[in-house]
Amino acid sequence: MMTIKQRATIRTALRLVAAVVITLIFVFPMYWLFMISFKTPEEIYSFPPKWYPGQIHFANYAVLFKDGDAKTVWNSLVVAGSSTIIAMFLGTICAYSIARFRTGGEHLANWIISQRMIPPIAVVFPIFLLFVWLHLVDTYIGVIILYTAFNLPYVIWMMRGYILDIPKALEESALVDGCTRWQVIWKVVFPMCRAGLFATAIFTFVFAWNDFLFALVLTRSEATTYTVQITHFFGGQSNFWAKISAMSVLGTLPIFIAVAFMQRYLVRGISLGAVKG
Amino acid sequence: MADLKITALHKYYGGVHAVRGINLEIPAGEFTVLVGQSGCGKSTLLRTIAGLEELDKGSIEIGGEVVHHLPPRDRDIAMVFQNYALYPYMKVFDNIAFGLRSRKTPKAEIGPKVDRAAGMLGIHHLLDRYPRQLSGGQLQRVAIGRAIVRNARLYLFDEPLSNLDAQLRDEMRGEIKRLHQELGKTMIYVTHDQIEAMTMADRIVLMRDGVIEQAGAPLDLFERPATKYVAGFLGSPSMNFVEARLVAHGGGLGTLLDDGTALPLPPSRSEKLSGRIDQSVILGLRPEHMNRAHPGESRSGLAHYAATIELLQPTGSRTYATFKLGGTDVVAELQPHDVTQINQKIELSIDMNRAVLVDPSTEKVL
Repeated sequence: MMTIKQRATIRTALRLVAAVVITLIFVFPMYWLFMISFKTPEEIYSFPPKWYPGQIHFANYAVLFKDGDAKTVWNSLVVAGSSTIIAMFLGTICAYSIARFRTGGEHLANWIISQRMIPPIAVVFPIFLLFVWLHLVDTYIGVIILYTAFNLPYVIWMMRGYILDIPKALEESALVDGCTRWQVIWKVVFPMCRAGLFATAIFTFVFAWNDFLFALVLTRSEATTYTVQITHFFGGQSNFWAKISAMSVLGTLPIFIAVAFMQRYLVRGISLGAVKG
Repeated sequence: MADLKITALHKYYGGVHAVRGINLEIPAGEFTVLVGQSGCGKSTLLRTIAGLEELDKGSIEIGGEVVHHLPPRDRDIAMVFQNYALYPYMKVFDNIAFGLRSRKTPKAEIGPKVDRAAGMLGIHHLLDRYPRQLSGGQLQRVAIGRAIVRNARLYLFDEPLSNLDAQLRDEMRGEIKRLHQELGKTMIYVTHDQIEAMTMADRIVLMRDGVIEQAGAPLDLFERPATKYVAGFLGSPSMNFVEARLVAHGGGLGTLLDDGTALPLPPSRSEKLSGRIDQSVILGLRPEHMNRAHPGESRSGLAHYAATIELLQPTGSRTYATFKLGGTDVVAELQPHDVTQINQKIELSIDMNRAVLVDPSTEKVL
């Protein structure tokens, strides 16, 4: 007979093994991507495959910078970063108004989040025509406006939940103590939902960062984002795996860094959001 | 110093008329307690004074200045909230200093002011901690510190002790009263707890359904309630009410209960009530005005009654004994050893000098 303690040990061990196996399965494609980006063309196509490059080799990245492909990563950073900042700012103010002053009545928040359910493909061509008319095609401003518009409902919905969780008395106390509403938002609401702000900002950023459809339709060369640029490396005759992998690494790094730095807030923000409807 | 003047104040919440035409003047330096049951409008009135709710009609003046159109920050008030309302991301020092900083107090003055407030409340050792590291009583002290650190015209307390346990509540009651004596500021304190109201107030404003039922010094309200509601609200255990009829009794007046018991009224009261003979009244008797009768005791206005005790609730210093009087359960406050077991018979003397007689149709005290 096994003792309770032995059983618990075995159970923990099994869980650990399962966790390691699952992690390996998920991490392997990332590992492979990183490794390819450092390989020479011979190593990439060698059979049996090489698990790691003979020596770290940055030529694939150098080419991206030389050919101007890397600029599209910068474009992505600009449009995703700017639209995130604008959407967070506007969305939080809207959310505050809906949460605290019942702006738009009971159901405005539901109506706003329903805007997020629109499939992008349904609106992309009307938007394209509108952008042509407004001369916004292939401009930073155009893409930023679009991503902001698409992210606002999400930001409003999420931030409304976080703001509703802040005890009203905290804000009232600040009002009595000499703050204006704007100061209350700055000094009480922002610090109180810091975790929610970061979590929402990351999701907002990731949406803009990952977007392909809008960028494909609304950009040509000046404002092309990296997601669109990568598709240029898939050719009818051959695929430029070295460039694809190096570009993918460049495209993954900002998200990696952001999540790594904000993991603490991210986990707290997501779990905070999870307990509310 | 400021006095507060509220004139014909009305406040609606949707269709609910929460405050119905309140008129109230509070002299400078007074400690006024707004008391009443949940939903009577006392918190709404306080929040309207603070500017956290807008009034629908009427006016509010502080120190002669009309303030009801001003935002809260321009009314120069300080407020203590029920749930402390401390900022969890700030240390105690910063919480107390928050109001000073918001009002652009010179940096050099903030430290000494916070120190002084912390000293008054005995929370000096907590200044470097975060709210999450404090107990309920300490949190409440910090919340009070945040209010008193400012030299406001008016101090508002919204049920500040209701989240504390009984012992702490007793302690903090004394502390807030002491603070009022030291600071001499005008304070308005909202509570549903009549003991807080009685022990702390210079003046009690008892509210019911959005209107002031009665206002006055605590003992005035206790001894001379204007209505049945006031009589029943103040006092613990609360006043007993028994249905009765006014009858002629031994040359004077008496109250005749449903079970045939007649309790004579003292001559001093008979005169005023002589016009009401044979009318129904509600007889109000406080538990402490029914005591064990002592042999040979005879004083004007003392009525004797042989009670059979049905329930005993000893508290140590007093014992609450429940018995039937005129078919109604009533409670008397006896000495601990006056009664020792249930079903015991005991001769009680009821002090009819202190009895309250209520007109059942208007519920006004006669």
